[in-house]
Amino acid sequence: MKGWQQFWRQLSLFGLLALALTGCGKDELSTLKPSGPVAAMQFDLMKLSSAIMIGVFIVVMLIFTYVLIRYRKRPGQQGIPKQVEGNHALEILWTVIPFLLLIVMAVPTVTTGFELHKEYPKEEALQVNVTAHQFWWEFDYPDLGVATSQDLVLPVGKKVQFTVTSADVMHAFWIPALGGKIDTNPGQENKIWLQADKTGIFYGKCAELCGASHALMDFKVEVMDQAAFDKWSNGMKGIQSAEPATATSASAAQGQEIFNKSCLGCHAVAGKGGKMGPNLTNFADRERVAGILAHTPENVAEWLKDPQKVKPGNNMPNLNLDDAQTKALVDYLDTLSVK
Amino acid sequence: MSAHASHAPNRSGLWDWLTTVDHKKIAILYLIAGGIFFLAGGFEALLIRLQLMYPESSMVGAKTFNELITMHGTTMIFLAAMPIIFALMNAVVPLQIGARDVAFPFVNSLGFWLFFFGGVLLNTSWFLGGAPDAGWTSYTTLALNQFSGHGVDFYVLGLQIAGIGTLIGGINFLVTIINMRAPGMTFMRMPMFTWSAFVTSGLILFAFPAITVGLVLLMFDRLFGGNFFNPDAGGNVVIWEHLFWIFGHPEVYILILPAFGVISEVVSTFARKRLFGYSSMVFATALIGFLGFMVWAHHMFTTGLGAIANTLFGLATMLIAVPTGIKIFNWLLTMWGGQIRFTTANLWAVGFIPTFTIGGMTGVMLAIPPADYQYHDSYFVVAHFHYVIVGGLVFGLFSGLYYWWPKMFGKMLNETLGKWNFWTFFIGFHLTFFPQHFLGLMGMPRRVFTYLKDQNLDMGNMISTIGAFGMTIGTILFVVNVFVAASSSKRAPADPWDGRTLEWSIPSPPPEYNFAQTPLVRGLDAFWIEKVAGNKGMTPAEPLGDIHMPSPSFLPFLMSLGLFIAGYGFMYHNYVVVVIGMLVTFACMFTRSVKDDPGYHIHEDEIEDKGVKA
Repeated sequence: MKGWQQFWRQLSLFGLLALALTGCGKDELSTLKPSGPVAAMQFDLMKLSSAIMIGVFIVVMLIFTYVLIRYRKRPGQQGIPKQVEGNHALEILWTVIPFLLLIVMAVPTVTTGFELHKEYPKEEALQVNVTAHQFWWEFDYPDLGVATSQDLVLPVGKKVQFTVTSADVMHAFWIPALGGKIDTNPGQENKIWLQADKTGIFYGKCAELCGASHALMDFKVEVMDQAAFDKWSNGMKGIQSAEPATATSASAAQGQEIFNKSCLGCHAVAGKGGKMGPNLTNFADRERVAGILAHTPENVAEWLKDPQKVKPGNNMPNLNLDDAQTKALVDYLDTLSVK
Repeated sequence: MSAHASHAPNRSGLWDWLTTVDHKKIAILYLIAGGIFFLAGGFEALLIRLQLMYPESSMVGAKTFNELITMHGTTMIFLAAMPIIFALMNAVVPLQIGARDVAFPFVNSLGFWLFFFGGVLLNTSWFLGGAPDAGWTSYTTLALNQFSGHGVDFYVLGLQIAGIGTLIGGINFLVTIINMRAPGMTFMRMPMFTWSAFVTSGLILFAFPAITVGLVLLMFDRLFGGNFFNPDAGGNVVIWEHLFWIFGHPEVYILILPAFGVISEVVSTFARKRLFGYSSMVFATALIGFLGFMVWAHHMFTTGLGAIANTLFGLATMLIAVPTGIKIFNWLLTMWGGQIRFTTANLWAVGFIPTFTIGGMTGVMLAIPPADYQYHDSYFVVAHFHYVIVGGLVFGLFSGLYYWWPKMFGKMLNETLGKWNFWTFFIGFHLTFFPQHFLGLMGMPRRVFTYLKDQNLDMGNMISTIGAFGMTIGTILFVVNVFVAASSSKRAPADPWDGRTLEWSIPSPPPEYNFAQTPLVRGLDAFWIEKVAGNKGMTPAEPLGDIHMPSPSFLPFLMSLGLFIAGYGFMYHNYVVVVIGMLVTFACMFTRSVKDDPGYHIHEDEIEDKGVKA
C-alpha cells in the first residue's frame, strides 16, 4: 500500500526532524549527555539495547512491508490461498535468534548492574545523606559536619556515596546527566553512588509522584573543583560553629529580627534553628529560589508573600508579611553566604 | 419433555436490560458502560495534554492535575479496557466454542453490575470532595490519610467492588471454556481468541486476589487507623508496591492477551489463511501468561531491592520477548501468501503489528535494570506503556469491534468512516506518544503537572498535545459511526467477512439460544472446514429439541446496589448505612440460595432456524 509506505517515511523523517530540532536535550538535564561514569555506563546500555531493537524492528518492517504489498488481494483473484499449518524450522529460528540477542544484552546487564550497586566507604567516596521532604531536599555531609538543602554541592571527579531516605512520602532522587535514580522510601535507607566528571550546574529531579508540587521538587547540583569544594565546606563548617553574624545594614538587621522570631522554628541558619524546612545557611549562594525560580530579590519576595502560590501544598505557612517586612527579610536572606 | 417446562418471561425495554442474564446482552452492557468510561478517561487525558501543551501553564491546578492522572489511569485500566475486553469475550467466546451461554449466566450478570456500580462509586468522587490523587498505583505513604484526601477512599472501595465483578467474571469464563465446548472442540482446536480469553481468565483468577488483599489492607489503614503501610508505626511502604505489582504486572497481560487473540482472528480471516503456527501461538500465549507472574518487580527496580533481585527480575522480563516475538512473526507469516483485504478491522490489526512491536522493543530496553534507572518514572515509560496499551490493546479492541460488530448488533459499521477513524487515531497516536520517548530521555519525569522553560522540553510536549487531538477526532468518528450504523436499516449477513470460526455459522445477531442445534466440530477453523467441504452450515451434533434457558433476574443488580450503598457507609463512617447496604446484598444472596428457579424452555416449534436433522 502506497499510503503505508508514505506514512512510515513521513513518520521517520518527522522523528529525525524532531530530534534534530531539539538536539538531545539540555546538557545539564539530559540522560543522552552523560557527565559522569554512571550515566555513561547507563548510556552505553541504552545505545546497545536500542541498536539491537532497531535492528529487530527493521527486519519486522521489511517483512511487513513486503507482505502487505505482495499479498494484498487483487481484483478478480480467484481461489483460496494455500492453507499453511506452520513451519517448524522457521518457528525455531525466530525462537532461537531472540534468545541469542537477549544473551548479548544480558551479559553487560549483569556486570553493569553489580557495578552500579557497589557501596563505597568514606575512604573512597564522599558520603552524603539525602532526605527528601514534600517538596524539598536535605543534604547532609556527615564526615564534613556540614548540612545544606536544595543545592547539592559536589567535588568534580570524585565518587559520591549517597544514602537516601524520606521524611514523609516516597520520592525519587534523580540527576539525569549524572546517572539513574533511586527511590527515597520513608523508614528505609537506599544507597547509590554517582560521580560528576565536569564542573557546572546540573539539574536534579524528583521522579516519584509525591503530592501536589511533585513537578516543582527540583534541585540543583553544583559541581566544583576540589579546592573550591574544600573552601565551601570549610566556610559552611565555620559558620555552623559560630554565632550567626550580625546583619550589616539596618534593613537586614530588621529582617534578622523577623527571621529569628518567625522562621527559626523551622529553618536552620548557621547551626541554629529547626529542621522542619530547608537549611538556609548558604541561602544567598543558591542557584534557584525554592528549587525552581531564578534567584532574584523579586522572586524571594514572591515566595515569602505567598508560598502556596509558588509551590502548592508545601508546608510553609503564609506569614502575612507587609511589603516593608518582606523587603527586610529579603535583605537579610541576601546576607546568608559562605562564598 | 421436562418436569419444569415453562414459558419464556416476557420482558422488554429497560427492565429487560436490568434483569438479563443473556451473555450477548451482557456483552452490550459491558460495551456501553466501558465505552462511556473510555470517553471519560479520554477526556481526562485531553485535559492532561492541554495542561502540558506549554511550559509553566496553569490551566488546571497542581491538585486537579494529580486527580486527572490518577483517574485517567484507573478509569482506563479498570473501567474502560477491562470491561470492553469482557464485552468482546461475552459476545464471542460462547459462540466460538459452540455453547448456548456461559456456564453461570447469573454470575455473569452479577459481574457486570458489580463492575458498573464500583465504577460509578469511584467516579462520584469528582462531585463529593475531590477525586483520588495518589496516582493509579496509589503508592503509600502518599495514599495514606496524612498525605492525601478523601478521594483515595473512593479508589479503595470502588476498586474492591469492581474487582469482585472482574474476578467472578474470569472464573465464569474459565468454567465455560473448560466445560461448555461443543463436541469435537478440543483445546487444540479452540480459536485463538478463545485461547487468549482462557489464559486471561486464569491470570484474573490469580492476580485479582493480590490487589484485593492490598486494597483491604489500605482500607484498614485509611478507615480504621491500621498501620500496615505507616513506617512511623512499624509499617512498610514497599509491601504495598509488591502487592500492587503482583497484581499489576499480570494485569498488563490480562489486557494484552485478548488483543493478541483478536489480531490472530482478524489477520487470519482477512488474509484468508489459517493461523500460521497455531500450536506455537497457543504455547506462546500460555508462556506469556506464566511469565507474567514472574516479573512484577521490574516495576520496582529503583525501589532498592538490590543488584541480585533486580538482575534476576530483569532477565526474566527479557525472556517474555521470545514468545511475543514468536507471535509477531507468526502473524506476518499468516499474511504471507494470503489474499489480504484491508477492511477497517484489518487496518487496525495491521496497524497493531509495528506499533506493538515498538512497545515490545522499549519493553526489552526497560528490562535492563541499570538502564531502567534512567528510564524509570520518566516519560520514556509513559511512551512505552501507551505503545503497549493503546497501540496494542486499544488497536486490538477497535479491530475486534469492527470485526464482530455485525455479529453483536446485526448492523455493519460504515467502512469509510471506519477508515477515517483508523487513520486519524493512528497518526494522532504516534504523534502523541513517539516524542515522549525522547522527552523521557531528556530528563522529563512522569506525572508532572508542569515543566519549566529552558529545559528543551517545550517542542516535544507541544507535538504530543497536537497528537492527542488526532486521537480525539478518531474516537469521535467511531462514536459517529456507531450512531450511523444504529440508524441504518440494512441488516448484516450471518457471515460478512467469509469467517472461519463458529460464530459466523449462525445469524447476526444470534438468536437467544445461539445454536439451534449444538454443532459438531471437525477441526481447527470449524466453519471454514465445512465451507471448503461445500456444506451450507455446521453439521449438528444433536437432534432438534426444546432448549433450556436460564431465567432473567433482578437480583444481581440489587446485590451490587447493596455493596454500592455499603461503600458510602464505610467512607463516611456511617455504620447504619453500611448495615442497610450489606443487608440488601445478603438478602439477595439468601433469596438466590433458597428460591427454586428452574428456568424455562424454548419449544422446538419456536426455534426460528430449524436447522438440519441430525
